[in-house]
Amino acid sequence: MGFSSFFIFALRVILISHFLWTFPPWEYPIARAEGTRLIISGSSTMAPLVSEIGKRFETLHPGNRVDVQTGGSSRGIADAVTGLADIGMASRALKPQEAHLFGSVIAYDGITIILHRDNPVKFLTDVQIRDMYTGTITNWKTVGGNDAPTLVVNKAEGRSTLELFLHFFNLQNRDIHAHVVIGDNEQGIKTVAGNPHAIGYVSIGTAQYDATHGIPIRLLPLQHIPATIETVRKGTFPLSRPLTLVTNSPPAGLIKTFIDFAQSSQSHDLILKQYFAPLQEG
Amino acid sequence: MISSSSNISPHSKRDDLLSGSVRFLALTAGGLLLLVIAFLFYESWPALHHIGLTRFFSDPDWYPTDNSYRLTSMVWGTIFASTGAVLLASPLAILSALFCHFYAPPLLSRWFRRMVELLAGIPSVVFGFWGLVVLVPMIGHWHPPGPSLLAGILILAFMIMPTIMLVAHTSIAHVPLAYIHSASALGFSRWSMMWHVILPTTKVGIFTGILLGLARALGETMAVLMVCGNVVQTPSRLFDPIRTLTANIALEMGYALGDHRAALFMSGLFLMGLVVLFVSMAEGLRHRNTYVATK
Repeated sequence: MGFSSFFIFALRVILISHFLWTFPPWEYPIARAEGTRLIISGSSTMAPLVSEIGKRFETLHPGNRVDVQTGGSSRGIADAVTGLADIGMASRALKPQEAHLFGSVIAYDGITIILHRDNPVKFLTDVQIRDMYTGTITNWKTVGGNDAPTLVVNKAEGRSTLELFLHFFNLQNRDIHAHVVIGDNEQGIKTVAGNPHAIGYVSIGTAQYDATHGIPIRLLPLQHIPATIETVRKGTFPLSRPLTLVTNSPPAGLIKTFIDFAQSSQSHDLILKQYFAPLQEG
Repeated sequence: MISSSSNISPHSKRDDLLSGSVRFLALTAGGLLLLVIAFLFYESWPALHHIGLTRFFSDPDWYPTDNSYRLTSMVWGTIFASTGAVLLASPLAILSALFCHFYAPPLLSRWFRRMVELLAGIPSVVFGFWGLVVLVPMIGHWHPPGPSLLAGILILAFMIMPTIMLVAHTSIAHVPLAYIHSASALGFSRWSMMWHVILPTTKVGIFTGILLGLARALGETMAVLMVCGNVVQTPSRLFDPIRTLTANIALEMGYALGDHRAALFMSGLFLMGLVVLFVSMAEGLRHRNTYVATK
């Protein structure tokens, strides 16, 4: 092995870095959007579903690519505004200050309280949940459970699940007295599954999937309405949210085709498989 | 310093090529650090500009979406968790290295070392998952709530113990045999030989191991994120949940925009500062009290 081959290697490194410097990867999506590629970014709750829908869309419309990136609902909306993404995903309704954007709901999801399966508590009133999260109730005995201290699981800042939860219970994040702060739904479910005295809130879709696959958690009803896909679909479950595809201008061309496809009955089975509630009876 | 012209071997073009490319690569390696720091400064500039450095210390708490950016409790969380882990892991690691070299029968010693090497290779997520499923419920049973500074210290100690032990063991194995023979000839007991001969001569190596361990503990993200609870508060007891700077970045970066995002880069900068502080402190200590072993 000669040193010249090593030198050539070093040269290659320089050339590649030069190329990356001239055409930085973070500028690629803009270039792609002009072709037959759809860039979709945003909510981590929606990303698995939308990428499944995207895969089916690609097989039905050959030659088109659907790229799904996650980063939270706020990122999805910001990317749709700046044009960094063709479609943004937001797992909440558009806010009044976002009214200039165009939202298309593709499914509904609910957020519910989860407890460990061994916790004897079967129902909590809104006030009790509120008191547990603010630290007024610190023992399960108070709400008819075992004599054990509560373990309050809260979400990290910036997640739309947190926003919705706070809004529903009329709380500020500062009021919450949490013992654990978690990132995604799965981490929350693992935390609750590992501690019989924990209380947490997660997306019904993820929780129901895990509960039916042997994870020891229980979904609590909210205001006496059971947390299931059916109640979310009927619109009777109190804490639910629309899964929205957001665009900067009225959907047209390939973007419109994709949104129509996601809303149509052709993707109902994919939505149900992810334990979300599709728009119409499918 | 030896220059190549005074070497005995004839001057060759390949030498030039080698020295050129080696110099270039070394420069790149060093330059990377500067690039990283420059990038951190660049990305956290909006935070420095809009929020100002002092507010990272003087704000009442960390609610970035509510325009409140105090980082100090997370700095303390990082310091407590990593120094706690180092204080717990180092004696264990050094003692097990001594055991492995001087007490264990060869077969056991070989298997012990192999096991520790394996332990060093376990990914941090696996440690974190084990901590979340086994350790945290155990601590929760003993002293609620469970996710705590203690859990973080224990997990980090498990993770850095093998690194410190392996480096210590290697440097112990490199102690010149003559030292050990002389100590025996002087009638040293095994313990005083280790205490007065082995440990002083291997101090630099052991210190390097501890430094590597400390750096890993400071930078560890996933395992700490899973077991520490991530509540932003300055811990007053071992059983309080904490959030480290790394966990803060990992938890919120994917969802942060604008000043919030810049504030997270600021926590990266704080972490970098902590690492620099610890490393320079350790360097100072190392130069102050080492005997240089002359061979």
